[in-house]
Amino acid sequence: MNEQPILRANNLSLTFGQKKVLDQINLNIQPRQIITLIGPNGCGKSTLTKVLLGLVRPDAGKVIRSRQLRIGYMPQHLPLDQRMPLNVDEFLRLTRRSTRAAVDHWLERLNITSLKHQSVHDLSGGEWQRVLLARALLVEPELLVLDEPVQGVDVQGQLELYQLIPQLRDELGCAVLMISHDLHLVMSATDEVICLNGHVCCSGHPETVSADPAYLELFGRRLDDGIAYYTHHHDHEHCDHDHSNQSSTTGHHHHD
Amino acid sequence: MIDGLQTWWLMPLVAGLLLAVSAGPLGSFVVWRRMAFFGDTLAHGALLGITFGVLTDLDPTLALVVGSASLALILLPLQLASRLSADTLLGIVSHGTLAIGLVALSLADGIRVDLMGYLFGDLLAINEGHVYWLLGSTAITLTLVLCFWNSLLAVTVSPELARIEGRPVMLLDLMLILLLAMTVALAMKVVGILLISALLIMPPAAAHALSKGPRQMAAIASVVGIMSVLFGMWASFRWDTPAGPSIVVTAMLLFIASLTFRRKR
Repeated sequence: MNEQPILRANNLSLTFGQKKVLDQINLNIQPRQIITLIGPNGCGKSTLTKVLLGLVRPDAGKVIRSRQLRIGYMPQHLPLDQRMPLNVDEFLRLTRRSTRAAVDHWLERLNITSLKHQSVHDLSGGEWQRVLLARALLVEPELLVLDEPVQGVDVQGQLELYQLIPQLRDELGCAVLMISHDLHLVMSATDEVICLNGHVCCSGHPETVSADPAYLELFGRRLDDGIAYYTHHHDHEHCDHDHSNQSSTTGHHHHD
Repeated sequence: MIDGLQTWWLMPLVAGLLLAVSAGPLGSFVVWRRMAFFGDTLAHGALLGITFGVLTDLDPTLALVVGSASLALILLPLQLASRLSADTLLGIVSHGTLAIGLVALSLADGIRVDLMGYLFGDLLAINEGHVYWLLGSTAITLTLVLCFWNSLLAVTVSPELARIEGRPVMLLDLMLILLLAMTVALAMKVVGILLISALLIMPPAAAHALSKGPRQMAAIASVVGIMSVLFGMWASFRWDTPAGPSIVVTAMLLFIASLTFRRKR
């Protein structure tokens, strides 16, 4: 891809107290690219996202965004005060510059038109997640940022959501940045994976990263759990291939 | 004679009603943003404003509003900081300023200040000047809240999303806090320092059970506030009880009534 990246992060570093949360992180997001950030809990995924979104200032380094970049953000959690009576329609209309027609369009596209007049306090985890996705899409984003988009969603819902993401990318022509703790869930939906643990352990095509020793060191044990969720089930041969790579530690680019 | 009779209850009544109208939407935001303690702190600190007014010979109402607004500006970063630590710090500022205000007032030589009037309100001492102040502040509050309703609500629901969508979160927070400071300062004469938060919180809490949307909740809160003022003042004249506390007792009764309504639904 020779296009200008819509977002560039140069040497981001951030320290909380004694802990170095982000260490010299470099990252480029190209138009229409789907990137997944993975890493164990506490590896700095959410913090990095907040820095990229401009919510947290890094100690060092720079985030350069293309001019007037429209970002749609679907947060992992959005706690709402119980004492505010609010229905889905009213919640979505709070999106800046949203129109009635756009709200209806995305409600229908995400199959949640029936929720329109329901109170936001009565939604299930999966329903609320879709409403949050609708809110992110209402921005008409050039970059869609999804923080753990399938949290609290059942397996069927997860598969549907991951099938939806590339479709949305094609419909909107936007880039997507996903945050996940499980590579196998997002493998089929992503172009590039960045494996994070304070610093960038490894990055590249999902197949490449899943075999990268740095990735395996972080996720080795969880690999077997992940297979059950994988859309295209591994055959035995492939499974062996994965395991053989776990023992051999060469052959893939690895920047530390 | 008849003229004089009308005037003595008219000004307090108008003042109370104006306050109730702007306290509806403002109080709703206080409830949604869990800023009740913040309102308390502003009220307690306002006593310093009175001292400031007494010492500088400034118009007392102006001194109150200025004092309250400066305290709000000092406290703004606290409100944005983490909730847990803000809680303790607010408590220190809140009671600290109240105590300093009381001490300073007692030291101000030869000046007699009606302390009870400030602590519990002195509705009957309200004159035309106060009413003009309240008229101005209510007009400003309603205009700004209505104009910026969507933005204020968006920032309240999620400051993060609002910021990413490019809303001026800082300015909106500042606006809300200054409106709150102004209202708290002017409410002092009506219900008193110790009961101002009640007037902000109780009407929206009562309105919550009856409303389907945020707009409705703010409007019903104003109506509940108006009812509290009307009935509280009537009760105060009828049974010779203090007006401020009577208004708050009425608001509380309306809140309790709203609870039974919720159960029925």
